[in-house]
Amino acid sequence: MVRALGWLAAASLAAGLVMAFAVAPREVTQGQVQRIMYVHVPLILASYLAFAVLAVASLVYLVRRDEAADRVAHASGEVGVMFVGLGIATGSIWGKPTWGTWWTWDARLTSVAILFVMYLGYLLLRGTLDDRERAARYCAVLGIVAALDIPLVHFSVYWWRTLHQPPSLMKPGGFTGSASILWPLLINLLAFVLLYAYFVARRVRLLRAEAEAAA
Amino acid sequence: MTLESIIRVTDVRKVFGLLPVLDGISLEVRGGEAVALLGANGAGKTTLLKILATLLRPTRGTATIAGHDVAREPEAVRPLIGVVAHGAWVYDDLTARENLRFWATLGSLEAGADDVAAALAGVGLERAADARVRTFSAGMKRRLSLARVMLARPRVLLLDEPFAGLDQRAKKWLEGRLEAFKAAGAALLMVTHSFSRELGVADRLAVLAGGRIALDTPRGSLGPDDVLRLYAAHTEDAL
Amino acid sequence: MSYARRALAVVWKDLAVERRSKETLNALVFFSLLLLFVFQFTLGGDRERLAAVLPGVLWLGFVLSALLALGRTFLVEREHDCWEGLLLAPGDKSAIYLGKLAGNLALMLVVEALVLGLFVVFFDIDLGRALPGLLVVVLLGTLGLAAVGTLFAAMTANVRARELLFPVLLLPVQVPVLLASVKATEALLLGEPLAAVAHWVKLLVAADAIYVVVSLLTFDVVLEG
Repeated sequence: MVRALGWLAAASLAAGLVMAFAVAPREVTQGQVQRIMYVHVPLILASYLAFAVLAVASLVYLVRRDEAADRVAHASGEVGVMFVGLGIATGSIWGKPTWGTWWTWDARLTSVAILFVMYLGYLLLRGTLDDRERAARYCAVLGIVAALDIPLVHFSVYWWRTLHQPPSLMKPGGFTGSASILWPLLINLLAFVLLYAYFVARRVRLLRAEAEAAA
Repeated sequence: MTLESIIRVTDVRKVFGLLPVLDGISLEVRGGEAVALLGANGAGKTTLLKILATLLRPTRGTATIAGHDVAREPEAVRPLIGVVAHGAWVYDDLTARENLRFWATLGSLEAGADDVAAALAGVGLERAADARVRTFSAGMKRRLSLARVMLARPRVLLLDEPFAGLDQRAKKWLEGRLEAFKAAGAALLMVTHSFSRELGVADRLAVLAGGRIALDTPRGSLGPDDVLRLYAAHTEDAL
Repeated sequence: MSYARRALAVVWKDLAVERRSKETLNALVFFSLLLLFVFQFTLGGDRERLAAVLPGVLWLGFVLSALLALGRTFLVEREHDCWEGLLLAPGDKSAIYLGKLAGNLALMLVVEALVLGLFVVFFDIDLGRALPGLLVVVLLGTLGLAAVGTLFAAMTANVRARELLFPVLLLPVQVPVLLASVKATEALLLGEPLAAVAHWVKLLVAADAIYVVVSLLTFDVVLEG
C-alpha cells in the first residue's frame, strides 16, 4: 500500500515537473526562474498540511495516549520542517533574481520563518528527550501550543507588515491566473501532498519498528 | 492486619534505549510485610522502585498497587504511596516545620499544626523543628523525609537505601519506625545493595540479578552471612 | 478551596525561599544594571536614535530578564531534589502551575519596574501621560511571557541542554506577544492614547487567555513524569 503511494507520488511529481517546465507558459517579466513557483508554493502548502496533521495527532495522543498518533505527529513534524525549509530556500532562489533580495521581512515570509523555527524547536525537543513516553507527552503539548499560536502569529505579523504578493490561490475572489498556470500548480500541489503522505507513512513504519524492537 | 498483596509486579520489563534493565520481574508484597530487594549497583533496583512510584512506565508487564495499575492510574496510586529515596524532598531554606506544612498542603493532607508537631516529635526532630534544613545532617534530613511520609499515612512504603548514611543510633531508630509502619498494615519494599540493617526489618528477601528476580525467600532465621552466600550463589548463576 | 490553598502554598514557599536565599532577585537586579550599561555603550548618546529604538530596547531588556527568571522557575526543586516530590504530589497539578505563574509574574514585574525606572533616569525619558497605558501593556505582555514560560520551564526542567532549549522553544512562540507589546509601547511613547492601540491590546488579551488556559489544561500532563 505504502509502495503504491510512493509510485503515485513519484508519478504525479514527474507529471507536475514536466508541466511546470515544459507546458506552463514562460512568465513575461520574471523569466524562467519564475517556474520555481510551481515547487515553492506546493512545498509551503504541503508543510501547512503537515503542521495541521501534527496538531491533530498531538491532540489525539493527549486524549487517547495512542502511540501511533505520536508517531504520526513525529513524522509529520520532520517532513513539515523539511518542506518548509525547502520552501523558504526555493522562495529565496526565486526572490533574488526577481525582486533583488534573498529575504525580506514582509508578513508572509516572517510568518513562515517563525513557523520554521517553532517546529524546528519541536524536533529539538524530541531529540533531547530519551524517554519515548515523556517525549510523546511533551511534544504533544508543544504541538498544541504551537498550533494555537499560529493564528496569533498570523495576525500580529500581518498587522505589522504587508508586502508579499497578495495571496492568489486563496483570495476570496478566486484565482486570477490563467488555467495554464493553475493546472501545473495544482498537479504539483497534489504531487507534494502525496510525497508528504508517502514520507510520513515510511517514517511512521520505521518508528513503529524501532518501538517494537525496543520492547 | 490484612494479608492481601498490596504490591503486585507481574512480568515487568524496562528497556532504556536498547538496554534491557528489567527483564521479567514478578514480585508481591503483602500488607504488614516488608521485603528487602538486594542487588548490585546498576542491577535495576532503583528502576523498579521508580516504576512502582509512578515515576517511570514499564516497557512491558504490569505493576499494581492496591489494585491500581501504576502506568494507567498514576493519580490513583500516588496518594497511597510514601517514597523515601536519595533525594529527601526538603527545601534547604525552609525550616523542618515549614517543609512539612508545605508538603502536607500540597498533598491535600488533613494535617493541622498538631499533626505536624506530632510527626516531628515522632522522628525526634521536635527541638530542630524551627531550624533551617540547611543546617541538618544527612540523618536528620532522612528523618524529616520520614516524617513527611508519616503525615501521609501511606499504605505502601517504597524505600531506596533507607539506612545509607545514617549513624548507629539513627539506624536503630529507623528500624523501630519501619516496624511501626508494618504493624499498621503498610507494605514495605526496601531496595539496597548492602546486607545488614534492612534484614532486621525484612520478612522476605529477594535478589535482583540479570534483570530478573533470582531469589525470593522468607528471611526466617537467615543471618547476614547466609544472605551473602545466597546472593553470591544466585548472582553467579544469573551471570 | 484546597486548590487555591495549594497554589498559595507554592507561592508562599517560593517567596520564603527567595527571601532567605536572595538568589534570584539579586542576580536579576544586577543583570538589569548591566543591561543598562550595555545599552548605553552600544546605543550611545544620540537622543533621536535612542527614542526610535527605545520600545524595542526596553522589551529586549524585559525579554532577556524574563528568560533568566523563567528559566529558573523550577531550579529550587531541581537543586533540592524536590522535583519528584512535585510529580508525586496527589491532586490537580495545575495548582502548582498557578502558584509558579504568580511567583514568576511578581518577580518579573518587580524587575521590569526596576528596568523601566533605570531607563527613565539614565536615558532621561519623559513617560508622562503614557504611563497608565504603558503599565497595561507591560502587564499583559509580561503575563503572556510568564504563562508560556512557566509551562516550558516545567518541560525543560530536567532535559539536557536546558539553558539552550528553553529560549529556543519560548521565543518563536512569543513573537506575537513581543510584536504587540513593542508596537503598542512605541505608539504610547509617541503620545498616542491607549485606544489607538486597541487591536494590539486585544491581541495581547487573547494571547494571554489562550496561553493560560492551555497551560492549566496541559500542566498535569507535563508533570506526569
